[in-house]
Formats: sequence, C-alpha cells, structure tokens
Amino acid sequence: MLYSEKVLDHFSNPRNVGEIEDADGIGEIGNAKCGDIMKMYLKIDNNIITDVKFKTFGCGAAVATSSMATELIKGKSIDDALKLTNKAVVEALDGLPAVKVHCSVLAEQAVRAALSDYYTRQGIDPLPIVGEIKEPEE
Amino acid sequence: MEKRFIYADNAATTAVSEEVLESMLPYFREGYGNASSIYKLGRDAQKAIETAREKVAKAIGADPREIFFTSCGSESDNWAIKGTADLMAGKGKKHIITSVFEHHAVLHTTEYLEKHGFEVTYIPVNDKGLIAPQDIKNAIREDTALVTIMYANNEIGTIQPIDEIAAICREKGVLFHTDAVQAVGHVNIDVHKQGIDMLSLSGHKIHAQKGIGALYVRKGINLPNLIHGGGQERGKRAGTENVPAIVGLGTAIEIATRDIDAKNAFITPLRNKLIDGILKLPYTRLNGDRDKRLPGNLNISIEGIEGESLLLMLDMNGICASSGSACTSGSLDPSHVLLSIGLKHEVAHGSMRLSIEENITNEDVDYILEVVPKVVERLRSMSPVWEKMMKGEKYE
Repeated sequence: MLYSEKVLDHFSNPRNVGEIEDADGIGEIGNAKCGDIMKMYLKIDNNIITDVKFKTFGCGAAVATSSMATELIKGKSIDDALKLTNKAVVEALDGLPAVKVHCSVLAEQAVRAALSDYYTRQGIDPLPIVGEIKEPEE
Repeated sequence: MEKRFIYADNAATTAVSEEVLESMLPYFREGYGNASSIYKLGRDAQKAIETAREKVAKAIGADPREIFFTSCGSESDNWAIKGTADLMAGKGKKHIITSVFEHHAVLHTTEYLEKHGFEVTYIPVNDKGLIAPQDIKNAIREDTALVTIMYANNEIGTIQPIDEIAAICREKGVLFHTDAVQAVGHVNIDVHKQGIDMLSLSGHKIHAQKGIGALYVRKGINLPNLIHGGGQERGKRAGTENVPAIVGLGTAIEIATRDIDAKNAFITPLRNKLIDGILKLPYTRLNGDRDKRLPGNLNISIEGIEGESLLLMLDMNGICASSGSACTSGSLDPSHVLLSIGLKHEVAHGSMRLSIEENITNEDVDYILEVVPKVVERLRSMSPVWEKMMKGEKYE
C-alpha cells in the first residue's frame, strides 16, 4: 500500500483527536463490520465551527482522512463545511490509493452527519440543508 | 527503549541467506550455460540442477525423479490441481475436495474448475483452525478426483492431520495433494512414508529467492504437461531452467530441513512468550490451536482496533508484521481464514500475525512486548469502537 508522506504524517500525528464533552453536533458513520467507523464532534458558535474533534476505528487512510477533514473545516463556516468534498480531502492528502478513496467519502459524510445532528438539535430539519447521509455499503 | 528493526513476517517472505546466495553466484557469470547444451558449460549447469533436485527430494523423502521445479508455490498448486482435474476428467471423475481456508492459489483454482464443470466440496474447519479427517472421509465420492488440503495454514499456522488425511485418501484410492509452502522447513516431512501424492513448496519462504518453487508428484501419476515446448523438467514444464534459482532452492531446503527439531525447540518458547505477553492485553484472543501450529507463528485478534493501523504503527516502531484486516487485502472483507474459524468481521479486522524465526533474540521479544501494548493503547484511545465496548454498548 503506497501512502503519500502526508497520509503517513496525518496517520502518525493525527490532528484534533478526541471528544468534545459539550459538542453541538456529533456524527458517526460506518460500521465495524466493514472495518471503518468515524465519529466527529463539532462545537459551533454563530455558524462558525470553532472546534472539531474525531475518533476513528479504521485503517491508516481512515485515520488520515478524518484528521485532514477536521483540519479543513476547523474555523470555517457551516456553509464552507457543507462544501467539503471527499475529493478535497484526497487532494489535501496528496492522493490516496484507489482502494482507499472510500475512506475520504466516509470523512466527508462524517462531517455532514455531525452537521445534520447539529441542525436536528436546533429543531431544524437537516435534510433540505445537509441532504441525505450516505452510509457505506456492506 | 531504543528502536529496533525486527522482521517478524517470515511467513510472507524471507531474506536470501548468505549460504544460499554464495551457492547461486557461480551460476550467473561463470556457470551460465544452458542446461540443454552438450558442451561442458551446459553439462555443468545440468549437473547443478540435478544436485539441487536431489536435495529437494531428500528434504521431503521423495525420489529426485518425482521433483519438478516451478516458478513458485502458486504455480505448483495450479499445476497439481488443474493437472489432476484434466487427468481425471477423462475417467469421469469431476469432484474435488478441499478446505474453506486454503491459500487463494488453491481456492481460486478450484473456483475456476467449478466454472468448468467440476464440483468442489469445501470442508469446514473447527474454531481451532483444524480439519477433521472424518469430514474428508465422508466427503469422498465415487467420482472424487482429488483431495487437496494445506499442510499448515499461512495465517494462523495450524498444522493439519496430514497423515490421517493421506491414509484415508490412499484407502479410498483418491489422489492427495498438499500445499506445504508454509510447512517445509518447520515440520518434518516424508512424502513416501506419509502417503502424500503431490506436494507444493516454495523457495522464498525458506531463504531462497522469490520466483522458485517445486512440485513433488509421486511416481506413477502422469500429470499433463504444464508448459509445452522443450524437454526441460522431463518435458512437463518447458522453458530454459533458472539455474541459479534452482541451485539456491537446493541449498535453502537442505539447510531448512537440517535441524528442524532443534530449531523448533529454540523458537517455540520465544513464540509462547510473545503469545502470553500479548494475551495479557484485555479483549485479545489467540487464533488457531496453540499446540498444533507452526513454531514461529502467532496470530492474535485485538478488539477495538483495526489491523492496518496496527501494522503501520508497528512499522513506525521498526516491527514488520501482517494482518488479516480487510484493508490489507484490498477488499471490504477480512481474511477468509479468520472468518472460517468463526471470528466476527469486526474482530477479524483487528488481527495481527507475527511469524518469527531462529534469528530472533530474547531482547527482540521483549521489545515487541513493550511496543505492542503501547501501540494498542494509542489506537484504542482514538477508537469509537473501543469507547463503546468500554461503555458496554454494542458496536455492530
């Protein structure tokens, strides 16, 4: 498995690992059967993602894409976070092996799942804003 | 703790040993003759090949005329299985028996034959990774062409009851092939005494180079030719012989089978120390029977973490290991071997195989036992699965 230096860096020194006790939105995506689970915690203030943390069960690429996704949305507006694509995560990591691209989709969906939870907590229907959350196929 | 480099993946491949390399070198630049040539340079190459053939034969209790050099273990498996299928189809025998946890070189070959009119029975293994000979006996039919069962499993190292299986096949008049790629050099093998009809072996698992293997075919079994062409390998596998590789295999197998009992006596306690040390971690389990296993093999599932991450972290600490995780196989499914012994997907994802050899030291073992718990703790601390396990929640 040929990982880029950036993937290995984010795997060995993942950014924003952990939990947020009083998170405003929590999203979890994936399942242990497939071998990847990502859990994303968001702190949101005035439409700005002021803090983000993650926990991931999965391969090197799963950890690296989670880490990179948190970096890409930290300090950004919700609108910007909603625009985060898996492609952007892959590019920021200088590429991923083809069999690992699904990890970047998980990272993208974990962010959306957390935002979806945020809206639900606000009493707002997340579906028109965030769209459907895509669970990985088994 | 000073960082070490520990190669603990000898079941994947091994380094070419000094003695093997030394024996090969003359056949690159000086003894480069084509073994089919009439002059001395050619005759010398031929002699070197035949000496190597004798060594391979002696190592497994065969006759030199029963040894055919191939390019690898997979080729040997393919030849034995497809060749026997070809041979027996004419006699109306189109049924093959194998096990669910064979190497893919066997499983993908039998799957191929299923597409070509063969019926295949896949014998299950028990939760210790062992096959019951009685199951094979019960599966044999009038039209059974071949039984092919691996000698030792490549992932969990379990050694199968080959003698009993061979005896059943002999009694029933069915040909018996065994993929012994992982067993040669670690288990004493005597094909004639054991009643084995065909056996595959590979060079690079026993310190020869990659790209050389052999198939033992008992005298009297006329397997169809694998490669048509010249008269090499008694016309059965044409193509100019890879003399240095063949010579290397001869040297390697001679060394590997020389002091098996002494080697095993040394390696087994160190391996057991590793097993016991790692099993001290909570939520871990040893995969495969503890005693009926290759002396250098250990395969442990560590719940709450995923195998590839574990391997990457071990690599950062200088330890080379392997895993049955899906992520290392390029598919979403974890190892078919671990699933076959009843592991749940999520547990199989977090497995680790170490395969050590007699070059390992006590200090190496201590180092591994220091690194593994640290790495596991780190990965568990960032695992949502572990978090749920600790809260007593289901995580499926």
